[in-house]
Amino acid sequence: MEWLQQLVNGISLGSIYALIALGYTMVYGIIKLINFAHGDVFMLGAFIGFFAIARWDMGFFPALLLAMLLCAIIGVIIERVAYKRLRNATRIAALITAIGVSLLIEYTVIFFRGATPEAYPQIMAETSINFLGANISTKSLLILMVTIVLMLLLQFIVHKTKIGKAMRAVSHDADAARLMGINVDNTISATFAIGSALAGAAGVIFGFYYTRIDPLMGILPGLKAFVAAVLGGIGSIPGAMVGGLVLGVVESIVNAVGYSLWRDAAAFVILIFILIVKPSGIFGKNVREKV
Amino acid sequence: MKKSKAFLGYSILALVIYAVVQGMIMGGMIDSYYQNILVTMCINIMLAVSLHIVIGVTGQFSIGHAGFMAVGAYFSAIATMEFGLPFSIAIVIGAIAAGLAGLLVGIPTLRLKGDYLAIATLGFAEIIRIVFVNVDYVGGAAGMAVNQMSNWTYAYLGVIVTILVISNFTNSRHGRGCISVREDEIAADAMGINTTYYKVVAFTIGAIFAGVAGSIFAHNFFIIQPTTFNFLKSFDILILVVLGGLGSLSGSVIAAVFITFISAYLANFTETRMIIYSLVLILVMLYRPTGLMGTKEITQMLKFGKKGGSNV
Repeated sequence: MEWLQQLVNGISLGSIYALIALGYTMVYGIIKLINFAHGDVFMLGAFIGFFAIARWDMGFFPALLLAMLLCAIIGVIIERVAYKRLRNATRIAALITAIGVSLLIEYTVIFFRGATPEAYPQIMAETSINFLGANISTKSLLILMVTIVLMLLLQFIVHKTKIGKAMRAVSHDADAARLMGINVDNTISATFAIGSALAGAAGVIFGFYYTRIDPLMGILPGLKAFVAAVLGGIGSIPGAMVGGLVLGVVESIVNAVGYSLWRDAAAFVILIFILIVKPSGIFGKNVREKV
Repeated sequence: MKKSKAFLGYSILALVIYAVVQGMIMGGMIDSYYQNILVTMCINIMLAVSLHIVIGVTGQFSIGHAGFMAVGAYFSAIATMEFGLPFSIAIVIGAIAAGLAGLLVGIPTLRLKGDYLAIATLGFAEIIRIVFVNVDYVGGAAGMAVNQMSNWTYAYLGVIVTILVISNFTNSRHGRGCISVREDEIAADAMGINTTYYKVVAFTIGAIFAGVAGSIFAHNFFIIQPTTFNFLKSFDILILVVLGGLGSLSGSVIAAVFITFISAYLANFTETRMIIYSLVLILVMLYRPTGLMGTKEITQMLKFGKKGGSNV
C-alpha cells in the first residue's frame, strides 16, 4: 500500500500548490501578469502564521485567518503601489517589476530577521489513521479539509456574488466592464486580495505540514504553483486546482520511485511539455492572436 | 570610409584600456583583490551583452541565462580538469556546448511568447542546474574543483570578442531582422521575415557568449557549484540589461561595470544590496520602462563617429 501512501502525500502537497496556483491564475486571468511576488506572499503568510502560533499563542484556525487577512492586505498594497501604474505598460516591464517586488520582499524579510530557517511549532499531536494499509496523518486530512473548504468558498465567491461576477466580467473584457459601470480598479484589487489570502493560507498550511520555513521558501513553490496554473490552463480556476493536485501527485511519484533529487526538475519538464504540446493547458481556451 | 575610421578609433581605445590596466597589473598597482573585481566585471559585461542580444535586440524575454552560463562553466571545467586541455580551447568548448544547449532549448521554446517564454526559459535553466546536481562526474551538489586560470587578459579578450560579434550582428541584415521581430513580430512575419529563425539565431549567439562568460567564471573561483547558477543569477543578469536599457549595448556594458563595483563595495551587505537592486528595478520600470539608456547607444549620444550603432 506504498502507492496509496504516496498518493496521499501527493495530494497534501498538491493542495498547497493548488491554493497558490489559484492566486496566480486569478491575477493572470484579470490583468495578464505573472505575479512573481505571489510566492513571497505565500512565504509571508507562513511567517505570519508562525508568529501567531509561536509568539501570540493562537490556535491553528485563528492563525490561519490572521495570515489570510494580513496577506490580503499585503496583496492589495503590492497591487496598488507597484502594478497599478503598469496596466498599460509592456508585458516585459510588468514582469520585471513583479520580479523586483519579489526580490524586495525576500530580502526585506532577510534584512529584518536573517536568513535562518524557523521551525514551526507543533500544535497537534501526530496521530494517523490506518486506511487500507496506508498511514494517513491527521495533518494531511486537516490540510485537505481546509483546502476543500477554501476552494468551495472561492467557487461561491466567483460564481454567486456580485464581486465574483465583476471579476469574471473584468477578466473577459476590462473596457466593456468599465462601460457597464463596474469599478475595474477595485475589482482588480479584490482579485489580488482573494488570491493573496489563499497564498497566505497555503503558507500556514505549508509550515504546519513541513514544519520548516525560511525567507526564500516561496520561490520554488511559487514557480511550481505557476507550473500548476499553466498545466490546468491559466485563467481557469478549476484548472488551477486540478493542475496543483496533478503536480503534487507527480512529484510524490517521482520521489517514490527513487529519483528524489530529480523531483524539482519534474515540474519544469511538465511545464515545457505542456507549453509545447498544448499551451492553453487542460482547461484553457484557445485564444486566437489578433493583429 | 567613415565607419572604418570609427572602427579604428574604437580598436585603439580598446587597446589603450587593455594596455593601461595590464601595465598597472604588471607594475603592481592593482592588487589581486582588484584584479578579481576586474575579471568579475568582464564576466558581467559578457553576460549582460549576451542577454542584451536576446532581450534587447530580439525582444524575447529569457530569464534562464544562468543555465547557459552553467553549461559553459561545466564543459570548460571538464575540458581543463579532466582532459588537461589548454584554457583557450576549454573556452571554445564551453562556448560550443552552451551554444548547442541554446539551440536545443531555443527551437522548442521560442515558439512561445512573452510570459510563457520567460517561464519556459526559467524552467530549462532549472532543469540544466538539476542535471548538474545529479551528475556525479562533475561533483554533484558539492561542486567541482577548478584551477584558477582566468586573468585580465582572457577576460578582456572575451569582452572584446563578445561586443565585436554582437554589435556587428546587430548592425547586419540578421540584426535588423531581429529588431523587426522585437518591434512587431506579426508585421515582421508579414514582411517575409523568418521570425523563428532570427529568434533562434539570436538566442544561440546569446547562449554562446554566456558560455564564454561561464568558462571564464569557472576558472576564476577555484570551485563551481550548481547553486551558483540558479535563477537568482539569471535575475542578476536581467537586472544589468534592464537597467542599462532594453536595446542598448553600451547601456548593458555601463550597467555591468557600474553594478560590479557597487556589488564589490557592498559585498558584506548582501541584503542591503539586494534591497537596493530590487527598489531600483521597480522604480526604473515604473518611471522609465525602457531602462536608463533606452535603445540609444552611448556613441549616438557622444556623436563619436557617424550616427548609428557602436562599432566597438
